[in-house]
Amino acid sequence: MGSLLILIGFPFMVFTQNVNLRFQNKVGDMPLIIDSVNYKNELNQDFTISKFKFYISNVRFENTNGTTTAPSTSFLIDQEDSLSLSTNLISIPSGFYSSVEFILGVDSIHNVSGAQTGALDVVNAMFWTWNSGYIFMKLEGNSSFSNSPGHFFEYHIGGFKEPYNAIRKIKLTFDQPVEISKHKLIDILINVNVLEILQHPNSIDFSKNSSIVEPFQSKIVSDNYEDIFSIINIK
Amino acid sequence: MNKRILIVFLIIASSLGMLSLDQFEDIFKITKKDVKLIYPTYFPKPSYSFSSNKLSPDKFVLGRKLFYDEILSKDNTVSCATCHERIAAFAHIDHKLSHGIYAKIGTRNVPPIQNLIWRTSFMWEGGVNHIEIQPLSPIENPIEMDEKMSNVLLKLKNDPVYVSLFKKAYKDSEITSERVFKSLTQFMGLMISSNSRYDKFIQQKDTLSKMEMNGLTLFRAKCASCHTEPLFTNNGFANNGLKVDPSLNDEGRYKITKNEKDKYAFTIPSLRNIEMTYPYMHDGRFKKIMDVLNFYSEGQNHNATVDQRVTSIGKLSSQEKKELNAFLLTLTDKTFLYDRRFVDPDYVFSR
Repeated sequence: MGSLLILIGFPFMVFTQNVNLRFQNKVGDMPLIIDSVNYKNELNQDFTISKFKFYISNVRFENTNGTTTAPSTSFLIDQEDSLSLSTNLISIPSGFYSSVEFILGVDSIHNVSGAQTGALDVVNAMFWTWNSGYIFMKLEGNSSFSNSPGHFFEYHIGGFKEPYNAIRKIKLTFDQPVEISKHKLIDILINVNVLEILQHPNSIDFSKNSSIVEPFQSKIVSDNYEDIFSIINIK
Repeated sequence: MNKRILIVFLIIASSLGMLSLDQFEDIFKITKKDVKLIYPTYFPKPSYSFSSNKLSPDKFVLGRKLFYDEILSKDNTVSCATCHERIAAFAHIDHKLSHGIYAKIGTRNVPPIQNLIWRTSFMWEGGVNHIEIQPLSPIENPIEMDEKMSNVLLKLKNDPVYVSLFKKAYKDSEITSERVFKSLTQFMGLMISSNSRYDKFIQQKDTLSKMEMNGLTLFRAKCASCHTEPLFTNNGFANNGLKVDPSLNDEGRYKITKNEKDKYAFTIPSLRNIEMTYPYMHDGRFKKIMDVLNFYSEGQNHNATVDQRVTSIGKLSSQEKKELNAFLLTLTDKTFLYDRRFVDPDYVFSR
């Protein structure tokens, strides 16, 4: 019985989930490697990265005639979980599409929906227990400029309620319309530039901001992370 | 102490032939009837209706076991029931501030667990926005249970009793945080207090004395704008004019909103079962109901954010205080306090 279900289920999955989002995390031009590479921010302060995780939610594609597809659920992208970087499957109706949109974070409804599974399971440690809400992005590491114990820095960015709303809408336009059909898996490779989290418009100084961990502190970073994404290629 | 009395009672009852061992178990058996959501017609519609968490005896029993199990804490010494005692409407009777794991002392008085499905936020500062994820806060708080939810799941998966209870409740033995939270919600969400003498009075099944009636009239004039009937809370927040304790300097709701207006505001608690939930206030500073009435009458500290509904109460005469006190005692709900559904038989008999 079990194998029969797999036989029926497998082609069904391939059939419906026809778009895969892949993420390549970089720091400027350098690949992001946990705990081992020394990077520099725009203030020429050294740093290493020990953790980088973020949510993207409500992925929608805009058709060339202007209509958008129904939003999908949330994905948790974690540098230390290679599957999360390589496999984020969604199903999109056949057609020609000009752009992909999503939010960095988790929408307000899913912040007030109680116990959830999958990407939004609280065991992923991306949830504030005492001030309910998802942490949209965690970036942690060390910098000799940080005054925190162990020269640690940690940025836990989130918050879905005004005036501390850290949800950011992202829209990536394709160079030319992309055909999506039911029979072919389209692979979209997205570059994530961590350096942009630390700059433009707000230059993050590790000596002044080594700990940003509550919604009311988030803006200095969430205003930066709007422009971290770019499309590398679509295959 | 209560456990001992219950055990002694059961032993005497059984030795007199009043109860067989089977009946022991029958007393605590949870049937479909026990997990029906029932509340009086004059209660509002609950904000949580179990629509995506269908009530079942097996899920309720699983939630009950989790509630009483120290497995939820890092060193397996603290359960929900450690601080939430049934006989005190699940508050921590006679404890000013809570003490959690490693005998650490917290900064807040333990609130009762009752009528949660009508609440719109949880904890003294209202930071938790959903009944299902409320337990995560004490479980992961370093001075309460100091455990990680992922580790709780590991421990549960290694326990054959839980594996079979999850299988019974959810048809497969997968143990997830969602299932833990939803089971706990079934147990705690059904803790409904609606059968006090006040309720019987509203339902015209009982009368109140003249003293109690006068108290009710006074209560409606002076207290009900915050402690609104029939739940005796409006689900809001207020700075009620307590002098700030400098050793705690608890800014309350401000910690969540960062709005100056919310400084020193706290969740407006329900007054149901107030007789059993002493001591009072977010830091447990008052021992007796009369202390609270004296405070509202003549002890308020009028700092910048104090609520106008509190400052307008005015001075109460000693007769008025006695009347209010008498009325507040009609909110004690023995049906709820002695409800057998909320007793965990394993917990009672294993100790």
